[in-house]
Amino acid sequence: MAAPIDLHEVAERELEARSRYPWRLKACNSTACLSAGAGTTMQAMEQAVEADDLALDVQLIPTGCMGLCSRGPLVRLLRRGGEETMYADVTPEVGIDIIRSHVRDHRPVEASLLDQHMPFFASQERVVLTHAGIINPDRIESYVAHGGYQALEKALTTMAPEEVVEQVRISGLRGRGGAGYPTGSKWALLAAAAGDTKYLVANGDEGDPGAYMDRTVMEDDPHRLIEGMAIAAYATGAARAYIYVRAEYPRAVERLDRAIRVARRNRLLGRRILDTDFDLEIEVRIGAGAFVCGEETALMASIEGRRGTPRLRPPYPTERGLWGAPTMINNVETLANIPAIVTNGGSWFASIGTPSSTGTKVFALAGDLVNTGLIEVPMGITLRHIVEDIGGGIPNGRSFKAAQTGGPSGGCIPAEFLDTPVDYDSLRELGSIMGSGGLIVMDDEVVMPDVAKYFMEFSMDESCGKCTPCRAGTVQMHGILDRITTGTGTRRDLRDLEHLCQVVRDTSLCGLGQSAPNPILSTIHYFRDEYEALLVDREAVDA
Amino acid sequence: MTSTVDDAPSQAPEDGHPSGDERFALVDKHLKRVRYEQDQLIETLHVAQDVFGYLSEDVLMYVARALLLPPSMVYGVATFYQLFTFEAPGDHACTVCTGTACFVKGADGIVRTVGDAYAVAAGATSDDGRLTLKTARCLGSCGLAPVVVLDGTVHGHLDAAEAVALVRAAVDGGGES
Ligand SMILES: Cc1cc2nc3c(=O)[nH]c(=O)nc-3n(C[C@H](O)[C@H](O)[C@H](O)COP(=O)(O)O)c2cc1C
Ligand code: FES
Repeated sequence: MAAPIDLHEVAERELEARSRYPWRLKACNSTACLSAGAGTTMQAMEQAVEADDLALDVQLIPTGCMGLCSRGPLVRLLRRGGEETMYADVTPEVGIDIIRSHVRDHRPVEASLLDQHMPFFASQERVVLTHAGIINPDRIESYVAHGGYQALEKALTTMAPEEVVEQVRISGLRGRGGAGYPTGSKWALLAAAAGDTKYLVANGDEGDPGAYMDRTVMEDDPHRLIEGMAIAAYATGAARAYIYVRAEYPRAVERLDRAIRVARRNRLLGRRILDTDFDLEIEVRIGAGAFVCGEETALMASIEGRRGTPRLRPPYPTERGLWGAPTMINNVETLANIPAIVTNGGSWFASIGTPSSTGTKVFALAGDLVNTGLIEVPMGITLRHIVEDIGGGIPNGRSFKAAQTGGPSGGCIPAEFLDTPVDYDSLRELGSIMGSGGLIVMDDEVVMPDVAKYFMEFSMDESCGKCTPCRAGTVQMHGILDRITTGTGTRRDLRDLEHLCQVVRDTSLCGLGQSAPNPILSTIHYFRDEYEALLVDREAVDA
Repeated sequence: MTSTVDDAPSQAPEDGHPSGDERFALVDKHLKRVRYEQDQLIETLHVAQDVFGYLSEDVLMYVARALLLPPSMVYGVATFYQLFTFEAPGDHACTVCTGTACFVKGADGIVRTVGDAYAVAAGATSDDGRLTLKTARCLGSCGLAPVVVLDGTVHGHLDAAEAVALVRAAVDGGGES
C-alpha cells in the first residue's frame, strides 16, 4: 500500500510552484462560459503566450464558475503580490490583448475591465463556492493548496464520529435539496441505525429546470464533495457511498470519476484512509432523465437499476434504504458545506445567516435581470437585495413582477414581498419554498397563468404514474390551464382547478405530486386578476 | 448486492452477438467491467445507446440475456427514463432548452417555429430523417437564455427566426453532422 498523501507538503510545493510566476491568469472553463466561447479564448491566449515568449511570466489556469455567467467568458488576472483584475466578455481578441497589453506591457485593457467591488460580488458570501473560479478542478494539488482535505484529516485524527455529528448539529445546517431537514439529525439517525452495511448517497440529480448549483460543485470542486462525503461516512459509519448524477451532466460525471480515482491513489478513499482504520468506496451512478429520481426513494430504486418510482415513507431510508440497508441521502450542496463546518466549527457556521436558517445558500439567478449567474448569499438576505443589487435590477426599462423559487415545486413571490428575508420559513409562509436554489426573476411582460401552465406541463410529463392523484391530476390541471390560457376557460374551470390543487396536494404519494400544485396556487393567490381576465364567462358573471 | 429474480448468481454468458456485429463487443466490455451486476442495468443501457445510437429490441434482448434479467424488466426500465430512445436519430440534432430561464425568454416559440419548419414534433425525427428535434431541461447556460444546441454546438440569445435560420444552414446547407 502506497503512503497516503502528505497534505502539508503537497500544499507547500504547490504554493512554491505558483510563486515562480509573476502573473497568473485564471480563465473560467465552466459550462456557461464555454458556451459563450471560453474554449477558443483560452486557445487564443495560449497562442499569444507562446508567440510572445511569455511562458515563464504567466501561468494559464482553467477554473470553474466565477459567477457572473451573463458576462462570460470571464477571466481573472493575478499579479504576484496580490493585485487582482477581472475581465468580462473576453473574446479571443480581448484575451490576446490581456496577454499583450496587461501581462507584457503592464497596461490593463480598460474596455473589458470588470469591477470586482460591484454589488454583484460584494454582496456575496462564499462557503460552498469558495473554490469555484479559484482552483483548477482537475488538479487535486490545487484543492489541497487551498486547504483541501484538511477537514477530513482533522475529523479522522482528532475527532470521534459523535463529535463530528455534534458539530454538524450545532451548525444548524439544513438540507439544501429542498425540504430543509436538519442535517445533523439525519446523520444521528444513520449513526444510530443498526447494521454492518450502511450506505451514503450524494443526491446530484438537480432536477429543477433552471438551476445548476450542484453541477457547479461537482464540476468545479469535485474534491470538496468527496471530502464532505468522506467526513459524513466517517461520522455515520457508512462504508460505501454513491454519487447519483443526472445523465445531462456528463462533465460532472467525468470530473467526479477522475477525482475519485486520484483520491484513491492518494489514500483519501479506499482502505485505511490517511492510515487510519476508516475505509470508504465511492461510486458514481448516472440517472437517465427522470425528475422524480431526485426524490430519495425513487433515487434509490434507480441506483438499484430499477424504474425510478418512489415509495411510501416510513420506513425512512435511514431505516430501510439501498438493498434494504440503512441509507442516508444528502444533497450535494449540503455535503459541500461539511468541510468548512469541520474546519471552523459548528458555531462559526451558525453565526452566518439567521437562527433558523444558518449558513449560506447558492442560487442560480436567472431571468429578466441585468446580471445573471451563480451566486452564494447568506441566508436571510432580502429578495430585494438579490434582485436590485446583485442582479442589477430589471433591464429594458421594465419592472419587477415576480420571483420564482423552488421550480416546479415552488411558487412566485410578487413585488410587495421584495423585502422578505430569504430563509426556509419566510418563503414557505409566502407560499413558495427555498427549493434547491433556482431563482428566476420575471418582468411585467410575463403572464402568470402561462408560468403556471409551464410548470404544470413539467410536472405532468415527469409524473412517474405510480399514484393516481398525481398521474391523472396533473393532466387535468394542465388541461384546465390550457383552456384558461387560450381564452376558453370558464369560471367553473377556475374553481375546479383550485379544488384539484387541494386534492392532488393532499393525496399524492410523493413530494412531486404533493408540491406540483404550488406554482398554480401561488400564482392564483397573488395574481388572481390575471386568471379572471382570461375567463370567457367573466362579463356574464361580473354583471 | 443485487436483487436477482430467481436468486441465481449472475454469470457471464457467451460473448458476442450471433450477427457478429462488432459493436456488441463494446457492450460486452462494459458488462465485464461491472461484473454483470444486475444493478448496472441503467449504466449498461447508456453504453448500449452510446454505441448504437438508440436501443433496438435486439439490443434490449441482448442486455436482458447478459444480465439474466427478464426482458419485461429491461424494457420497463428503458421506457421509464426519458433519455433512452428506441428509434434511430436523424442526421442532425437540434435541442432546444425549455428550462425555466429559457422558457421566460421564449423557448416555446423556438420549439414551435423549428417544429413547424420541419414538420416535426418535439422528441421526434422528421419523416425524411434529416432532423431530430429535442427539448432539454436547463442546459446550465441560463445566462445565455434562450439556448439551442445544434449538433453539439451551443448557441445562446436566439429568437425563433434566428434559430430556424441556424437549423436551415445545418440541415439544408451543410453536410452530415
Ligand atoms: C420530486 C422530487 C424531486 C427532488 N429532487 C431533488 C434533487 O434534484 N436534488 C436533491 O438534492 N433533492 C431532491 N429532492 C429531495 C430529496 O428527496 C431529499 O430530500 C434530499 O436529497 C435530501 O438531502 P438534503 O437533506 O441534504 O436536502 C426531491 C424531492 C422530490 C419530492
Ligand atoms: S434554463 Fe435553459 S440553460 Fe438553464
